[in-house]
Amino acid sequence: MSIDTTELDTAEKIATIPIEQIDVARPSLFQKDTIGLFFDRLRREEPVHYCRESYVGPYWSITKFDDIMAVDTNHKVFSSEAKLGGIAIQDMHSVEGGLELEMFIAMDPPKHDQQRKAVTSAVAPSNLQLLEPTIRERACQILDELPVGEDFDWVDKVSIELTTMTLATLFDFPWEERRKLTRWSDITTAAPETGIVESYDARREELIECAMYFKGLWEQRINEEPKNDLISIMAHSPATRDMPFLEFLGNLLLLIVGGNDTTRNSISGGVLALNQNPDEYRKLNGDPSLITSMVPEIIRWQTPLTHMRRTALEDWEIGGKQIMKGDKVVMWYLSGNRDETVIDRADEFIINRTNPRHHLSFGYGIHRCMGNRLAELQLRIVWEEIHKRFAKVEVTGEPERLFSNLVRGITKLPVRLHAR
Amino acid sequence: MVKLTFVSSDGTHRDVEIAEGETAREAAIFNDVPGIDGDCGGVCACATCHVHVDQAWIEKVGRLEEGGGEAELLQFAEGANEYSRLACQIPIEIELEGLILHVPEQQY
Repeated sequence: MSIDTTELDTAEKIATIPIEQIDVARPSLFQKDTIGLFFDRLRREEPVHYCRESYVGPYWSITKFDDIMAVDTNHKVFSSEAKLGGIAIQDMHSVEGGLELEMFIAMDPPKHDQQRKAVTSAVAPSNLQLLEPTIRERACQILDELPVGEDFDWVDKVSIELTTMTLATLFDFPWEERRKLTRWSDITTAAPETGIVESYDARREELIECAMYFKGLWEQRINEEPKNDLISIMAHSPATRDMPFLEFLGNLLLLIVGGNDTTRNSISGGVLALNQNPDEYRKLNGDPSLITSMVPEIIRWQTPLTHMRRTALEDWEIGGKQIMKGDKVVMWYLSGNRDETVIDRADEFIINRTNPRHHLSFGYGIHRCMGNRLAELQLRIVWEEIHKRFAKVEVTGEPERLFSNLVRGITKLPVRLHAR
Repeated sequence: MVKLTFVSSDGTHRDVEIAEGETAREAAIFNDVPGIDGDCGGVCACATCHVHVDQAWIEKVGRLEEGGGEAELLQFAEGANEYSRLACQIPIEIELEGLILHVPEQQY
């Protein structure tokens, strides 16, 4: 079965296609950003939906907020285990030439718990407080060097730069080579169809290069006194220091992807959302204290990871549908975050919501995003500093989106800055 | 109504009232007690309503049940100890009149 078709999805077509033929795994729907129309229909007509045939095989879609919450918090029935397929709609082990990476996001307890506990302290709130001045100083540097009054690509010059430098700070990674982190993050989630890598073999080779590089850093840190960076923490913690190589690589890549792609796309997504909602932009300019509630709203609005997947360990009923042991179950966070029955005016971007953190973008339960406070911290800093400098970040052209059903990415965003 | 007190990390005491049958999370949220985020909506799914139950009250409130869902989440929370509970999992009954809960410096 081919990965995707390229026909246009008009609103009319989406409204009339037989429901059993809907396949929301097609990456082009995300690239064209028509996916929301499909999810609207599923939430209305068949919130727990079975797709029999797709390029990733058969799968269940969970599209409503409360059903997603029920699956996400029930890890005894809904497994994240890599060997069963892992955490994305595409099986982790189905890809020829892929690396059998092991990461705790794709493990069940008790192993998940031990490894997560070991690395969690690096992004714990107390450590973040220590990092905040460095992150802010570097953010200011990036913003101060931007050209005012001329067009440039916000994604490349700000979103990527800012998240990359935060990661480099977290890993205490050699500063001049920090764009390597961006590259490794990009290829970890990339399939050849995205154009980011040529083939799975090429990807494998780059990942091995990445592993070797980190191995070098690891060996350096293990011979030094323990420090607060993630590599040092992993090199010294009893739970992680004897990790098999692929597990070590997997967990590192997890931290790179977790801290890179997601925040990058939220930084871009916020600029786009404010431009699409000029009243909200005015509200923000009138009262910058709204940044606090705008940040989680941006994260809801963007939903930088569209889904997480689980595998049923036993038969289970949800939303009146019978899920069978072994079935692939996809929690579409992007859909749940637009669920009107839980979020008031869910299809609107509103920067002063009263309960803005009640969204699904970080997931819930034991796999809930470990870096969620760090993501918020970065977004808060960047918006505070943008506000001080620019009256508007004006989007001047069409954004380009990533061909992916997992990472909701903005690959290009032409903007022009207006000085304050 | 039941009276309880939240003590923030800087030592500030906040006395609040909440109806029986609600939880300590609602007591904090409804009364704008800072430091209790409660992102998930009170369904024991995020650990952002972490509190330390005052030592004098821990037996009455009940300790964390080992191996339960609440303990699974709290194991990743910063500063969790033997007095840690999630406020959303503390139902408020009249027996808890005067309960003292300490709010950690930050939720995570």
